[in-house]
Amino acid sequence: MSADVEAPSLPRSLNPPDLAIRPGYAFPLILKLAARNLFQDRLRFIATVIGIVFSIVLVTIQLGLFLSFERMVTTMIDHVSADLWIVPLGTKCFEDPSLLDASDKAAALAVAGVSEATPVVIGFTAWSVPGGGTTPVFVVGSSESPAGLRPWDIVQGNLHALSAPNTVAIDQTYIGRLGVTGIGDGTTIRDQKAVVTTVTKGIRSFTTTPYVFATLDQAKAYIGTPPGRISYLLIRAAPGADIAAIRSTLLTRLAGVEVLTPDTFSARSRAFWLFGTGAGAALFAGALLGAIVGTVIVAQTLYSSTKDHLNEFATLRAIGSSSVYILKIIIAQALLSAIIGFSLAAGIGLIIVEATANSALPILMTPGLTASLFLLTVVMCIASAIAAIVQVVRLDPVMVFRQ
Amino acid sequence: MSAPVIEALDVVKRLGTGARQVQALKGVSLSLAGGEMALLMGPSGSGKTTLLSVLGCILTPTEGRVNVLGKSTEGARPGDLARLRRNHVGFVFQSYHLFPTLSALDNVRLALDVRGEPANRAIAKARDVLSTVGLAHKVDAFPSELSGGEQQRVAIARAIVGNASAILADEPTGALDTENGHAVMAILSRIAQDQSRGVLVVTHDTRLTPFATRIIRMEDGRICEED
Repeated sequence: MSADVEAPSLPRSLNPPDLAIRPGYAFPLILKLAARNLFQDRLRFIATVIGIVFSIVLVTIQLGLFLSFERMVTTMIDHVSADLWIVPLGTKCFEDPSLLDASDKAAALAVAGVSEATPVVIGFTAWSVPGGGTTPVFVVGSSESPAGLRPWDIVQGNLHALSAPNTVAIDQTYIGRLGVTGIGDGTTIRDQKAVVTTVTKGIRSFTTTPYVFATLDQAKAYIGTPPGRISYLLIRAAPGADIAAIRSTLLTRLAGVEVLTPDTFSARSRAFWLFGTGAGAALFAGALLGAIVGTVIVAQTLYSSTKDHLNEFATLRAIGSSSVYILKIIIAQALLSAIIGFSLAAGIGLIIVEATANSALPILMTPGLTASLFLLTVVMCIASAIAAIVQVVRLDPVMVFRQ
Repeated sequence: MSAPVIEALDVVKRLGTGARQVQALKGVSLSLAGGEMALLMGPSGSGKTTLLSVLGCILTPTEGRVNVLGKSTEGARPGDLARLRRNHVGFVFQSYHLFPTLSALDNVRLALDVRGEPANRAIAKARDVLSTVGLAHKVDAFPSELSGGEQQRVAIARAIVGNASAILADEPTGALDTENGHAVMAILSRIAQDQSRGVLVVTHDTRLTPFATRIIRMEDGRICEED
């Protein structure tokens, strides 16, 4: 049988010998399809982006706090140029209230290779707020030696002024909380006069309790350290001395002490505050929760988007698309969501970092953290795509004939 | 007429399981040659679409064999069948199944993109084939901006752009008025004039018989008549 109806003549051959291939960039079709699928339902797309932004900002805050916390717990140790720290046996962190015998200083100086042994006292005490009431402060006292623990980053006054009796250095972050306006203002600490002569910038405590610097004797008086007791001894070795040998000798000669390198003491302090107290675990748990919330929101959106486009995915399968091609579309949707969501979240994160930079609890954002957060966003979005992928892999292309 | 581009040999296809299992095809043998325009007709439930799915390597036969360009598909894995479909089979569906978010050009280009064809070459081919089906002026239009007849012509362009040997059309005029239906059938007839391509059209519409070089009638899972 042949056609009785004349077929209209078609304008071109079906297999042209020469194609007019235009040079230039052509947007990849997979990306185009992924983007159009994603943006087709704008409300759903906005909900996805909000989910990612919420999640990543939450993770940024938690991890930024963790980083800040990690640095702040060792800020005092990191700013001392000692070669060794002599600490009471069992000291868990810099804020540990255990005490040494002051006579250990002489014993330490008697060790060959030790050039300086500088005592330090630390402790919590009460600052009388000029306007009324008291607030806890953490007093750090050290002799005036350059090897001691003295305030740094001074923005008002100077170190020399701190040598006078009843003088203290405070950080500008806590001026409001301490009820003073700057240098010259006075108050009492444990009923003893204290005049602000020096103001620093950025010496903040992770406990948010203000640091107050004073001379060794003044600090002892403010804290109420028993006579003949100190908190730490900072050891400086003579040039060329064997620090490991000095450490061994100190351990032999001194009882009830530990002799730690700054790195060891830092690591011990970090381990105590971040993991011994559960503070680090709580921050990580918050970050994990943020990541889970984000994953669930993106997964739900991708799943429903895939469900809405099942017919198209079935058509793709019917025309012979490989599973990999379809997976690429879904992954591209996930990655586009990740990139857009992360860009917005990073912007908000930077605003938060700026806003908290001078606060008592700053949130840190490092290039490493930013890269890790981007990676987390990508992993989160790809993990979210699993449900959608499973749905498409199970798709029967024969459904295209049923509609 | 040329050698078979696609053929079914004693194909049995059972669908479903247990008490709900039905035998949709009961030993069907059918060969589609290059240059052939065949109509597959029959009442609903006679197994036409199932046969089309088996010939198009979307469904695998329960028994019997399917050959594509003389090569058996027996034992082929889903990935192999997908490769056969994208390289040798072009589908045209009743409801077009175009991607609503893509332009006519991109809908056609898609059939080449899944084959990994370079983008610029795929775009040139898609543009050319759209011109072939009379839609040179609509390359940038989205499906929602096209009439039913135009959408079906885009679907045909997608089916032929990869030089498929077998064009399998399921009720391609089912959603079209007579004029557009005839235009679509005319294009399919023209495609079948190429000796390297065979066209098989599933239809209920007896008005389309003049376009056919061969008519196959099915009933109850079997081919009952061939003209």
